[in-house]
Amino acid sequence: MNMPDLAKLIFGRLTLEAIPYHEPILIGTFIAVAIGGIALLALITKHKLWGYLWSEWFTSIDHKKIGIMYMVLGIVMLLRGFSDAIMMRAQQAIAFNGNPGFLPPHHYDQIFTAHGVIMIFFVAMPLVTGLMNYVVPLQIGARDVAFPFLNNFSFWMTVAGAMLVMASLFVGEFARTGWLAYPPLSGLAQSPDVGVDYYIWSLQVAGVGTTLSGINLIATIVKMRAPGMSMMKMPIFTWTSLCTNVLIVAAFPVLTAVLVLLSLDRYVGTNFFTNDFGGNAMMYVNLIWIWGHPEVYILVLPVFGVFSEVTSTFSRKRLFGYASMVYATVVITVLSYLVWLHHFFTMGSGASVNSFFGITTMIISIPTGAKIFNWLFTMYRGRIKFDVPMLWTVGFMVTFVIGGMTGVMLAVPPADFLLHNSLFLIAHFHNVIIGGVIFGLFAGINYWFPKAFGYRLDPFWGKVSFWFWLVGFWVAFMPLYVLGFMGVTRRMNHFEDPSLQIWFQIAAFGAFLIALGIGAFLVQLWVSYKRRDELRDVTGDPWHGRTLEWSTSSPPPEYNFAFTPVIHDMDAWWDMKERNAGRRLEGYLPIHMPKNTGAGIILAGLAFVFGFAMIWHMFLVAGLAFVALIVTAIGHTFNYKRDYHIPADVVARTEAARTEELAAHV
Amino acid sequence: MSAHIESHDHHDAHDHHEHDDGHAPSTLKGYMMGFFLAVVLTAIPFWLVMDKVIPNSQTLAVVILTFAAIQIVVHMVYFLHMNTKAEGGWSMLALIFTLVMVVITLSGSIWVMYHMNSNMMPGMSHEMTEQQAKNLP
Repeated sequence: MNMPDLAKLIFGRLTLEAIPYHEPILIGTFIAVAIGGIALLALITKHKLWGYLWSEWFTSIDHKKIGIMYMVLGIVMLLRGFSDAIMMRAQQAIAFNGNPGFLPPHHYDQIFTAHGVIMIFFVAMPLVTGLMNYVVPLQIGARDVAFPFLNNFSFWMTVAGAMLVMASLFVGEFARTGWLAYPPLSGLAQSPDVGVDYYIWSLQVAGVGTTLSGINLIATIVKMRAPGMSMMKMPIFTWTSLCTNVLIVAAFPVLTAVLVLLSLDRYVGTNFFTNDFGGNAMMYVNLIWIWGHPEVYILVLPVFGVFSEVTSTFSRKRLFGYASMVYATVVITVLSYLVWLHHFFTMGSGASVNSFFGITTMIISIPTGAKIFNWLFTMYRGRIKFDVPMLWTVGFMVTFVIGGMTGVMLAVPPADFLLHNSLFLIAHFHNVIIGGVIFGLFAGINYWFPKAFGYRLDPFWGKVSFWFWLVGFWVAFMPLYVLGFMGVTRRMNHFEDPSLQIWFQIAAFGAFLIALGIGAFLVQLWVSYKRRDELRDVTGDPWHGRTLEWSTSSPPPEYNFAFTPVIHDMDAWWDMKERNAGRRLEGYLPIHMPKNTGAGIILAGLAFVFGFAMIWHMFLVAGLAFVALIVTAIGHTFNYKRDYHIPADVVARTEAARTEELAAHV
Repeated sequence: MSAHIESHDHHDAHDHHEHDDGHAPSTLKGYMMGFFLAVVLTAIPFWLVMDKVIPNSQTLAVVILTFAAIQIVVHMVYFLHMNTKAEGGWSMLALIFTLVMVVITLSGSIWVMYHMNSNMMPGMSHEMTEQQAKNLP
């Protein structure tokens, strides 16, 4: 065998040409990332943190630590996704009157694709999953999730997917197809390069993690609630998490299947979605939206839960209409499967089909509207405290209602024929995703941060961040509504009509304000860390909370609760405080806990290698990685040292320390 | 302070966990019954096809699919031990939800794709009708 053949066997279609050294922007990014990365690695090495990170975090199967790692992943990817956004805004603001801007079309197309993929799959999903992971077991009085190892594995699979997207920046390229990669554009004939393959494999690898974590949290909520907590006594965030995970488990297999069909088209020459031989690209659009629409609710339902918790806590009132809130959530769960066609009214399914899906879409806004009224009535005559989480909640209500109304406008098929694929649509879904999901995540981060780290986030910088985000959002996206009405379509690289430029410049300024909001959030984290002694939460209940997570210390011990609490009321912790129910201080027993394992990170590492090898047609490497993956997974089943007991006297000492601290701060 | 004891010993409750989660009992008789039914339900369609009992292929397909559906139920009842009470009713709820999802996905896709094909791919079968021309965007 001669050298080129051998190289092809090992490296597939990966050559040095795949490194984009002729693109100054990418080289600049690469140098910045490399310097930052090396500095970070050097810092970790200097402070000898590798062992600590490995044994306390990477291999940890504590749901609290995994939740925090999900949040870190989401925030890091937010920076990447936002830098894509600000490049697009800058490009569109200057690319007028023959000025081509600074992004050539093939690069610009990758950027808008990557922005969508990253923001949905690697920002919103990890942040939502992270919150659920951290909070749900605490809210239901459990010591961990149902399958702790699976949880760790799910997290690392999500990281592996994110790393594949990041790798596409410096090795090869990303898809140039838009975030859902519609064929025939994403087919082999139109996109022969690795971009779409990066798209497919990053989503497939991360999708495994998402589906498994969905199963895990359903089992946790169904089987591990504390005694006395019937379904209708569950905290509302747990309810919305349950519905979200049901949606995940039902919807993600559809995404997996449709991506498998697309990969078969690309890898072995089948014709599911091609233009010839009986292929039908419309089927791809149909299937991917059967996943895609529930996905929207997967993101927004948990943050509805966050808003419910925040509103009732900061209004000092029981949530108004708990039962209606639960039913609204369940109705949304089912209805979210009956509206998918509104994403392609214009594809030509005709009047009968379009009217059915137009009407279901309008119907789904009813339970969502009911929720808004529930929050308003919770606030009504409450003693409202405008702490940072509450600010985000009020900002959400104002912003989200506008987004919901433009959504109902788009639900009318004749209107949609005019607005489809225009910037009006872009403004609409950013209005609900930023105004709903992102605001909710920031509310949740500010609300539960003291629980996770033992000190509150600095309120001043929190408010700075909030106002920049809120004003920035309105300034960035209202011009897009206007442009949409003028008929400007999405994903444009440059424009001919100079009268449009002013709107794009305003939008770019709005994006700049949002950048300041993100910056202020990072400053908030830093300042809070510096001021952690002033902001310390010794009671474990800094906001006078109502649900069980506030009954334990901040941060909670690894076993969460020394004794499993017994629940008598929906607001379990509020009820205990009302009845002056004290902590039980004796009779500790050894606590049975799961043990850390490195199997999850190793399996996900192998999955990364497998995905990367498949992308570059390195089939030998892919085969080896796949075999290694299976062998490691089977090998892990022979690991019988999976659990240990925390001795009773260790529990007693931890609890005694808390008793002392509580007594000192009464 | 510890006068109001607000907790109970979770540990004990779990370690002595009996098989009381409402599974249908897995007896030899049950398995034999399931096996017998499964064999019969497989043999009949096989015979229908081999002996060409039903000449109309569409009717035949419907009959075979019906037997397949009954077979699924047999597997769920006798091998997966599902009944309305298993896992406190959660198994049944999950099954119903799954069926709803599958029906929505399949019937919805068939409905949508049927209209897409007749409206957007008129050249595939015949000339555009007046109805189709009306539906064009």
